[in-house]
Amino acid sequence: MALKIVKGSIDRMFDKNLQDLVRGIRNHKEDEAKYISTCIDEIKQELKQDNIAVKANAVCKLTYLQMLGYDVSWAAFNIVEVMSSSKFTYKRIGYLAASQCFHESTDVIMLTTNQIRKDLSSPNQYDTGVALTGLSCFVTPDLARDLANDIMTLMSHTKPYIRKKAVLIMYKVFLKYPESLRPAFPRLKEKLEDPDPGVQSAAVNVICELARRNPKNYLSLAPLFFKLMTSSTNNWVLIKIIKLFGALTPLEPRLGKKLIEPLTNLIHSTSAMSLLYECVNTVIAGHDVNGSPFLPPFSLALFLFLRFQLCVQKLRILIEDSDQNLKYLGLLAMSKILKTHPKSVQSHKDLILQCLDDKDESIRLRALDLLYGMVSKKNLMEIVKKLMLHVDKAEGTTYRDELLTKIIDICSQSNYQYITNFEWYISILVELTRLEGTRHGHLIASQMLDVAIRVKAIRVFAVAQMATLLDNAHLMTGNVQRKGICEVLYAAAWICGEFSEHLENPMQTLEAMLRPKVATLPGHIQAVYVQNAAKLFATLLKNQEGNTDRTAAQETSQLMIDRLPLFVQSANLEVQERASCILQLVKYIQKLQQKDVEVAEEVIALFAGELNPVAPKAQKKVPVPEGLDLDAWINEPPSESESEDEQPKAIFAKEEPKHSRARHTEVDEKELAKRREARKQEQANNPFYIKASPSSQKVYQEAPGVEHIPVVQIDLSVPLKVPGLPMSDQYVKLEEERRQKERVEKKKKEKKKRKEKRGGRGKKHDSGPESEEDITPAHMVDIVTEEMPLADSEKLPVRSHRAAEALKSPAEDGDAESPASQEPKKKSSKEKREKKKDKDGDRKVSVKNGNPTRETALWMYIYGAEIDIQGNLQDGSQVVVSVIFENKCDNFLKTMEFNVLDSLNSKLQRPEGSGPHDGLSVPFQLPPGVSNEARFVFTMQSIVMPQKLKGTLTFIIKDSSTHEKLDFKLHFTCSSYLITTPCYSDAFAKLLESGDLKCSSVRLEGVNMPFHHLLARICFHHHFSVVERIDSCASMYSRSIQGHHVCLLVKTSGQTVSIDAKCDEPTLLGNVLDEIKQTFSQC
Amino acid sequence: MYKNSINFMLLFSRQGKLRLQKWYVPLSDKERKKISRDLVQTILARKPKMCSFLEWRDLKIVYKRYASLYFCCAVEDQDNELITLEIIHRYVELLDKYFGSVCELDIIFNFEKAYFILDEFLLGGEAQETSKKNVLKAIEQADLLQEEAEAPRSVLEEIGLT
Repeated sequence: MALKIVKGSIDRMFDKNLQDLVRGIRNHKEDEAKYISTCIDEIKQELKQDNIAVKANAVCKLTYLQMLGYDVSWAAFNIVEVMSSSKFTYKRIGYLAASQCFHESTDVIMLTTNQIRKDLSSPNQYDTGVALTGLSCFVTPDLARDLANDIMTLMSHTKPYIRKKAVLIMYKVFLKYPESLRPAFPRLKEKLEDPDPGVQSAAVNVICELARRNPKNYLSLAPLFFKLMTSSTNNWVLIKIIKLFGALTPLEPRLGKKLIEPLTNLIHSTSAMSLLYECVNTVIAGHDVNGSPFLPPFSLALFLFLRFQLCVQKLRILIEDSDQNLKYLGLLAMSKILKTHPKSVQSHKDLILQCLDDKDESIRLRALDLLYGMVSKKNLMEIVKKLMLHVDKAEGTTYRDELLTKIIDICSQSNYQYITNFEWYISILVELTRLEGTRHGHLIASQMLDVAIRVKAIRVFAVAQMATLLDNAHLMTGNVQRKGICEVLYAAAWICGEFSEHLENPMQTLEAMLRPKVATLPGHIQAVYVQNAAKLFATLLKNQEGNTDRTAAQETSQLMIDRLPLFVQSANLEVQERASCILQLVKYIQKLQQKDVEVAEEVIALFAGELNPVAPKAQKKVPVPEGLDLDAWINEPPSESESEDEQPKAIFAKEEPKHSRARHTEVDEKELAKRREARKQEQANNPFYIKASPSSQKVYQEAPGVEHIPVVQIDLSVPLKVPGLPMSDQYVKLEEERRQKERVEKKKKEKKKRKEKRGGRGKKHDSGPESEEDITPAHMVDIVTEEMPLADSEKLPVRSHRAAEALKSPAEDGDAESPASQEPKKKSSKEKREKKKDKDGDRKVSVKNGNPTRETALWMYIYGAEIDIQGNLQDGSQVVVSVIFENKCDNFLKTMEFNVLDSLNSKLQRPEGSGPHDGLSVPFQLPPGVSNEARFVFTMQSIVMPQKLKGTLTFIIKDSSTHEKLDFKLHFTCSSYLITTPCYSDAFAKLLESGDLKCSSVRLEGVNMPFHHLLARICFHHHFSVVERIDSCASMYSRSIQGHHVCLLVKTSGQTVSIDAKCDEPTLLGNVLDEIKQTFSQC
Repeated sequence: MYKNSINFMLLFSRQGKLRLQKWYVPLSDKERKKISRDLVQTILARKPKMCSFLEWRDLKIVYKRYASLYFCCAVEDQDNELITLEIIHRYVELLDKYFGSVCELDIIFNFEKAYFILDEFLLGGEAQETSKKNVLKAIEQADLLQEEAEAPRSVLEEIGLT
């Protein structure tokens, strides 16, 4: 014994301590991993010794390694040993290690309950302290339940040091074991008035956190907290109390009234920014709730509004502070105010614009967010002008791109609500195209398109601008860095083509669109170029033929014929196709021109019709013609067998004869009415259906039409032609002038009115500041909303294919598919569970067969569904089996050995050097009630047949040291050799056509489940993937680990499912089909 | 996921090496590693003059750099950033008092002490003691207890020769 101690102590002298370890790691920078692995080996040796000091040292080192990211969960038991040392030094280290390494799934935690209880009641307060600290990190529901009473007692400990910790940890206990809250609450409440300020603050903390989760239950404590709030001087406590009141006031409005006074005092008096910030935030949040302030009565609301202004003032001070942090928080709070009180924020525009200059990007981004909500008709131009300045000086593309998107967001928000002059906006967009290297070309392009389509009055201007852009396209395409911006040309080309009648010089634009350089643009842009060149060509022809100058028209055709071949050679199919189509067309036109035939009218007819924006719900406004019953069948309803005819049956040789049933021979009137009713019901419940409400029809009939259409106002004070690229700035000035003029006019009018109405109530607020509504827009957007009545031309779109397309509700296509694609997912997880369960059942039976008399000490679960096949396709013969062992008895199990009787075909892989009948030792021991998973690799010669292997598991029960044996069977199904492999339908078709595959089929009767469930089942249990699904027919594919292809065609009609299958290995196929049959016979 | 004032605290060096981590919410080792890796990268990528707060997933991150060490806390959405900053500063002051002008090496070599101090200051993500004096007193007394326990135990004693 003494010798052993000597040995231990001497060992200890040579052991590394933590400092040595840290130093060692720092000295082995190159081969850190290797060094640490040797250290871990040493630690493992140290942990085997009986000396607790050595163990504690080892555990301390492990804690350090854990922080570096190494797995130390294997030492959990040793940590528990160190925790239970009677010496404080070691106990402290043990608890520290536990609090860092343990979490809820650590199974040794349940061994610690008694030890922790002992430590909690230790006479030494520091023992109790470390136990409480540790517990706060790894408390589990079990621990919380078992120790709740002990901790509750500690809340009344004589030492405040312990009381404080016990109170705080109670919160964790409540979370893990909510039943403990009720008995503990009175004592917790008591602690709010504890003589020790630390304990008091802990109690405030806990109750505040609880109240944040469920404020209703804590309303009764409000008076107590109110007292604390007015008496406490501890900022930490005050912040918590204010937070608590923030949670309570929405439930009890009267509280708000009482709070105003102390909150205002705090806002005025405190020097602590954190407290000020909390107060301001609480007042703001008080406004947030349901949009109503703390106080309902009007006079109080006004009072509060003043307080609110105070908050905004205080925030201004924060934002003006040189401290980045305060600035950031000020802006953050401002954005909260913006949601409810945009006006109060708008007056601080100057300040927020200043923040755009800040060197801190996060502050700039916050300011940008605020600006979005601050714009109005009045200040939009000014704000955007400032932003454009920033765009120019911004360094770094990320921030500049952010600015760009923000500018577009700001301008386009709520249907361009704030834009009064669209020429200005187009100019801004054109200016943005000059940005170097932005990614947002497509964004600018979509804005250009949107504005040009929806604002009719702007088209002349837009077309002129776009023509200039096209002319200068080389500026955008020249630089590789500018790739993203060339998207703009897409919009430019389309606008020039679609609205070509507005072009100043169409010939020049046409030439610009057919330049050889265009061929370097991305394919989709080229395609638009080609198509719109054709539109432009049509317009040109019309102009030129009108001039009776035939040669000019012929020259234009010649230009097209000369330039288009460039696009015919394009590698992009779309471009090629369009170009050759148009080339042939132009050639034909040229032929006609040579015969002096006038073609322009006909050519232009190709592109006739205007693109009108149509409201998503416009269909509602179209009246149903008299005598048309939308619910009546147009044709006989399709019989169910019809769908089968459409199946691609050719690919499978054998086709079962069909049971065609003539089901829809005669449907009587009653039946029809019933169905109609059912359909109506369904439509009413389907959100995607446009409902035929009687009122909307009436509205339509009453609407006289023309008067209600928003008429585009063209304000001629804005020059419609601007030579060259525009400068958006001039619009700011113009706008000012325009508004000035309007104001003067208005004043004049009002003066006149006043003169007329002398003596009347002439109190006009003409000299007051301009309000939002006063600003009349120079242009208006075609805002398409439900309320807008249709113009005559939009009533019944017949000719225009575009309009018809737009009318189609997109929801109809979408909604049919989504549930089908989601459901199998849900189902499969459910089935997985089911499967596991019945597999467990199987095992139980087989275990009991082996040992009919003895009670089984150990459960083994072998998850057939989870026989995990390693995708080792080079080898193609390895199968990994995961086995979960669960110890159901009360004793410790060790030395488990897993053995399987090899068959000719399949062998358990054993380590080299072991005999063919040796068992494999399971690499872990099992404490009672614990389960763990082990994996075993099997080698298979052939995989075409299912296999059953017999095996035994031997183990030793620790206390009785008896050897036990458990027999089991392992069932390898053929499906477990299949790997889910996706396959495309064309590859699938090729495979079937190749003729190398043998076919076979199976028929399942009485399968009573939806088709997609059926497919999901096959996918899940047999590892197939769906290649294609058409109605009640689906093709599926899978592949074996040895590369056999397995193809299925699954069809269902009624309760009969027929599966035709093809595979290059008939035996495998037969077995897989049998297994599928088996799967469905169980259900 | 439950509410908790401070969800976790991380200390890391300018090179991105983790020096201390304390988790007040139950997370698996894998998640912890992922979070700390992501966060360390995000914070180190920020420019020196930027403010101390950032929004990260659904949490607010409050961090501050002291010499070569970054101190970083994750708090809930409704929590007060400024008081969190104060908690970080208070902890730094405590370390400074305990080690006597603390440096990164002190924390590396005495990392368990750094944890003990943190555990006396915060418990379960809440500040348990706002008085610096009390925290230091508790630590000193616990240390004293440790020394008492260690002092009489010499090698000879353990062999049983005295």
